[in-house]
Amino acid sequence: MRRVETTTRPVRRSGRTGRVPVALLAPAVLGLLFLVLPLAGLLARTPWNTLPQRLTAPGVLTALRLSVQTATLATLLCLVLGVPLAWLLARVEFPGRRLVRALVTVPLVLPPVVGGVALLLVFGRRGVVGGWLDATFGITLPFTTAGVVLAEAFVAMPFLVVAVEGALRSADVRYEEAAATLGAGRWTTFTHVTLPLVGPGIAAGAVLCWARALGEFGATITFAGNFPGRTQTMPLAVYLALETDPQAAIVLSLVLLAVSVAILASLRDRWVGT
Amino acid sequence: MTLRPRPRPGSRPRTARGLLAALAALVLTVTACGDATRPGAGGGSGSGGDLTVFAAASLTDVFTTIGRDFEAATPGVRVTFNFAGSSALATQIDQGAPADVLASAAPEPMRTVTDAGNADGSPTVFARNQLVIAVPEGNPRGVTGLADLTAPGMKVALCAAQVPCGTAARSVLDAAGVHLTPVTLEQDVRSALAKVRLGEVDAALVYRTDVRAADAEVDGVGFPESSGAVNDYPIVVLRNAPNLTAARAFVAYVATGPGRAALAAAGFQVP
Repeated sequence: MRRVETTTRPVRRSGRTGRVPVALLAPAVLGLLFLVLPLAGLLARTPWNTLPQRLTAPGVLTALRLSVQTATLATLLCLVLGVPLAWLLARVEFPGRRLVRALVTVPLVLPPVVGGVALLLVFGRRGVVGGWLDATFGITLPFTTAGVVLAEAFVAMPFLVVAVEGALRSADVRYEEAAATLGAGRWTTFTHVTLPLVGPGIAAGAVLCWARALGEFGATITFAGNFPGRTQTMPLAVYLALETDPQAAIVLSLVLLAVSVAILASLRDRWVGT
Repeated sequence: MTLRPRPRPGSRPRTARGLLAALAALVLTVTACGDATRPGAGGGSGSGGDLTVFAAASLTDVFTTIGRDFEAATPGVRVTFNFAGSSALATQIDQGAPADVLASAAPEPMRTVTDAGNADGSPTVFARNQLVIAVPEGNPRGVTGLADLTAPGMKVALCAAQVPCGTAARSVLDAAGVHLTPVTLEQDVRSALAKVRLGEVDAALVYRTDVRAADAEVDGVGFPESSGAVNDYPIVVLRNAPNLTAARAFVAYVATGPGRAALAAAGFQVP
């Protein structure tokens, strides 16, 4: 939880004086409105008088708990796999690195539903990996909570990799070189120099990754299906509530919004700085 | 987040005029698009122009066919479909989506639209549909009725209770006294069917017509309890229909005209 202070943190540039140019201010304010107005619309249409009953309705807490749990597990999975991947992309020269870098960002541009279908084709019962898992260990991933974690991790990992790789590339390599000249191996350098150096970048990437996983819908409903308590996360509950009871959908959206904003705000202050 | 743009020597900030021009161009493009895509805009008189039909997911194949036939029979009309779960369609219409016709897979979503005063006249039932058990081609697990769905290791997909096929599935299972725990509650009937086609589940309760549409990969197993939950499909012209003339012509085409033959061919019961 301790904020990692490093001496490479640059002194803040003092470009703060002078008039704010209109050409920057006008689009900035428009952009802010564009992002905030839909949220205001959500708040305006919230049925405040029936809010307590709706919040305690069966299924709301279950879906919320499942959402937070799966998003957290997906983020951990992304950290374990994504940080080394980012390090590989930033620090190791190998043929086809540009291609690999492009491939890593594919889930960013892929419609999540397509991602879900792709996951089914690989990890489903008839899939290459899924069929083997089923035949060898009797494990099936679709329609399980593990399947939700997998779908969320698939969609969210690029956010972490891109953030961490960016942090690694802008970090000063001279510290790592100094460690190497003092006899440290690549592993020791990674754990004792590189990781602390890009700690804030990793934290920022993890926060982005978590937020993306929390809101994941398309890949989850396609790959993991929808069953309360097992695979029905908040976004799925919101979508189905919208089918019959838009007010319930608004309340569910509000809950998800409040929880994510609260968690992100607290993490940001603690780890990422401002 | 730490985003620090590096000041580049020699690069000057772009002028405000350039930025504003770009912004203005963007706004113009957006508003122009808005005008052009409004259904019926510039469509002119008669029954020409664009017709937007919101139809239940289970109508996807048959309405696509009917739409093509209708276009051929009514020169100048271009039919666009929005296929989704009936309840989602009803919600979209009640929120002001610019549609001409709604064809729902059950009376309940239709009722929310008529109750909100968004229908022009009262709906007509144009088709009926029944549930069957969809199983992979060749019925590898030998399913013969609802009771087989509770066999150990059997993975079953149902529709969620919020959409018509889910309501119908619940009522046939209750009527049969079968206590079934599905692995997933899908958001519409075609998603449930897709899980069978992909081989991820062993069976799904879907409409008879859905099985017929996916004939090559899926077999349908009928069961007697399904007659207790027959779905009525109502269709209606919407009050704010941008293209009222074509909308009325389309509803007549489906409910009393040549559309009936296409519906019957797809496996619907036509009243």
